[in-house]
Amino acid sequence: MSTTAAPASTFLFEDKKFPFCPGCGHTVSANALNKALVTLQIDPKQTVIVTDIGCVGLTDHYFNINAFHGLHGRSITYATGIKLANPELNVIVLMGDGGLGIGGGHFLNAARRNIGITVLVFNNFNYGMTGGQHSTTTPMHGITSTTPEGNDENPVDICALVGAVNGSFAARTTVYDKDLTDIMIAAIQHKGFAAVDIWEPCTAYFSKKNDMNKDGILGMMSSLGYGKGILLNKSREELTEKIKKHTAEQMAIVIPKQKEQKHFQHNLKKKTSLVIAGSAGERVISSSFLLAYSGIISGLFVTQKDDFPITVMTGYSVSEIIFSDEEILYTEIDKPDYMFILSMNGYERVKNRINANTIIITDESLNMNELLKEKVDAKNIINVPIVKEARAIDKNYAVMIGLSAFLHHSKLYSHDAFVEAINTKNKPAFIEKSLQAIEVGAQMIKNLVNS
Amino acid sequence: MNIDFLDGNEMVALGAFEAGCNFFAGYPITPASAILQQMIDDLPKHGGTAIQAEDEIASIGFCIGAAMTGKKVLTATSGPGLSLYSENIGMAIMGETPMVIVDVQRHGPATGSATKDGASDIQFARWSTSGGYPIIALVPTCVEECYTMAIQAFNYAEQFRTPVFLLSSKEIAMTRERVDWSKIKKPEIVNRTYHKPEDGKYIPYRFVNSEDIPPFAAYGGEELTRYTTSTHDENANLLADPAKIQRMMDHLNKKIDADKVSLVVKDFEEGAETLVVSYGVTSRTAREAIKMARANNVKVSSLVIHSVWPVPEKEIKNALKGMKKVVVPEMNAGQYIYEVQRLIDNNAQLIGVNTMDTKLINPEKIYQAIVG
Repeated sequence: MSTTAAPASTFLFEDKKFPFCPGCGHTVSANALNKALVTLQIDPKQTVIVTDIGCVGLTDHYFNINAFHGLHGRSITYATGIKLANPELNVIVLMGDGGLGIGGGHFLNAARRNIGITVLVFNNFNYGMTGGQHSTTTPMHGITSTTPEGNDENPVDICALVGAVNGSFAARTTVYDKDLTDIMIAAIQHKGFAAVDIWEPCTAYFSKKNDMNKDGILGMMSSLGYGKGILLNKSREELTEKIKKHTAEQMAIVIPKQKEQKHFQHNLKKKTSLVIAGSAGERVISSSFLLAYSGIISGLFVTQKDDFPITVMTGYSVSEIIFSDEEILYTEIDKPDYMFILSMNGYERVKNRINANTIIITDESLNMNELLKEKVDAKNIINVPIVKEARAIDKNYAVMIGLSAFLHHSKLYSHDAFVEAINTKNKPAFIEKSLQAIEVGAQMIKNLVNS
Repeated sequence: MNIDFLDGNEMVALGAFEAGCNFFAGYPITPASAILQQMIDDLPKHGGTAIQAEDEIASIGFCIGAAMTGKKVLTATSGPGLSLYSENIGMAIMGETPMVIVDVQRHGPATGSATKDGASDIQFARWSTSGGYPIIALVPTCVEECYTMAIQAFNYAEQFRTPVFLLSSKEIAMTRERVDWSKIKKPEIVNRTYHKPEDGKYIPYRFVNSEDIPPFAAYGGEELTRYTTSTHDENANLLADPAKIQRMMDHLNKKIDADKVSLVVKDFEEGAETLVVSYGVTSRTAREAIKMARANNVKVSSLVIHSVWPVPEKEIKNALKGMKKVVVPEMNAGQYIYEVQRLIDNNAQLIGVNTMDTKLINPEKIYQAIVG
């Protein structure tokens, strides 16, 4: 891995000594990591050690390697960001069992997505930095400052977590095992997410209170029935490799140059607002967009906003459009000039805004004359057989018929602008029927005028 | 003619692409999800990486890690997500991380009304993390400004090595408007200052004067570098010496200078004794009210604040000169009004126009405050 000429004999600063308590496992694990890095002859410029909070978080200061010291339990997120951004780097996370607990979601997700980082958990079964409180790996009955009568909770099995999300590499060892360095080497060399659960004594707290010396730790492992050594080692494609391929494919896509957009004249005399009230699945929003866009290419200022419940496939679907020949500052429609009502769902949502001057375009089957007789003069209600006519094309085009009826009634701009919007902005499969629908809508208004 | 019909979220994404954004991480949240979607769809086409994280804590964590490899990073969320960003915003400040955080504000607190508008996070953005160190926040008033301010936000992030907020809101983010590209004045792109080999050994947090910005070196480059969330010396080592700690903290406090980050739009009327101070989408309603007032021969001046943090105090003080009435409309219970209040040095009457009903403030309400 190295590009330097002289092989490095250590990556530790020669003038610094690890600050851990006498007998602390962290010193053993950190020295083993140094040995692993020397064996691998890593390039320190191409390597980042990521730590978080806890005694283990002091470790990165002692390595003459790029370092990132972050927030408690979040080291895996920074490491993931670093690896995603520069997949060439060796990214090694050093965290404690405390960080594993608070950042457990990140651990699971990193293992699941198989991001190529190495996570070394310096696991000493309690929080050594804050006074020996219990952690998620404290064994059942373990005595800590916050479990003075013994821990009532089951400990987490770190390696099993990796397996549970179909992760690719998990190993368990202790600071008493000769293979500590070799396992670290295997983890660092693994292409994909690799976790090592390293069991250590915390001489300040946990070991003292629980008689957790070498025999205690090894005995606990066998009594829990946990395996030791490399427990999981699968070959699975690493995430950044997949992303690299995806990016290359996406970059190769040549975006076709947009056709020159035709532009049209408008006849707008005053600012005009339209509320379209229908139901989910009627293509209210996408159809309204085409109408609004046709206003844009007619030289108007237009705003469009939509309203729908979070359960998008059910209930009302409302779109609000304002057309103006000057900049639209206030985008609420308190008093709609026009309302196109296609369903009772939509009507219920917008009915409070209907006023005496609102022109209602609606389907004849909804019986709006009766519903609105107190509010709106019958001459302002335009009943047209939208749903019936739509069936002849496709029921999904009812909104397009109604929008065309609006355009031909308001005469804000030309039918051709609407045609152009459909031809340039609609999905190709929808164009033909959309064009049919707006012809139907136009004809409805002509028929009304003629009658 | 180069005309589009786009919403604010789309324009934030386009602004980010233009600024050279090459890393995005986010988590779905209304009304910001469309930015995540567009980044997933389009950032790889620009050679960048976009990813959906498991939660907001991971989103911003990914971004901070990526930023330190030299990427120009963006994340987008709304109020509840910003709550989860809080701790990492503090770290981004402490570690001097260039990054842009889009907060598409919605009606809060807590889950509030997910799909409704409100200027819920104006003070939250300022004080979102422990320590109270300065941040930069830009607030667009329209769709076109979502584009220009996204670029500006990246520029400031790069210039000052700090998280920069773009405080959009549901109404701007999810309302489509006419976009006339021929009229958009695109800010020139600014990139962070990198350490140069001729400057000697790289020291990650080195500054001479408090306000200086330490040059940057990326992970994977020619220099070894260190990043830290803790109180640190220039080499990123833990600090215990009070004098040195004070110096480092003074640096974080002074490096963001309101004189260098001051974006306002002034519309002063000769002889006016009433001033409207506004920001965000409410500025538009305020302009509508001001038009009504002027049409009725009421003289009124307007100050629209684009850079709400740091407070552009000089501009506000200048606008306040000789005013007898100051109107501050806000879609919250009154958050920025106190920043204006502390700058009033006469007995001018201060009126807040506040709504929290999820609707835009009706221009009539602001008009009444102006003429009343």
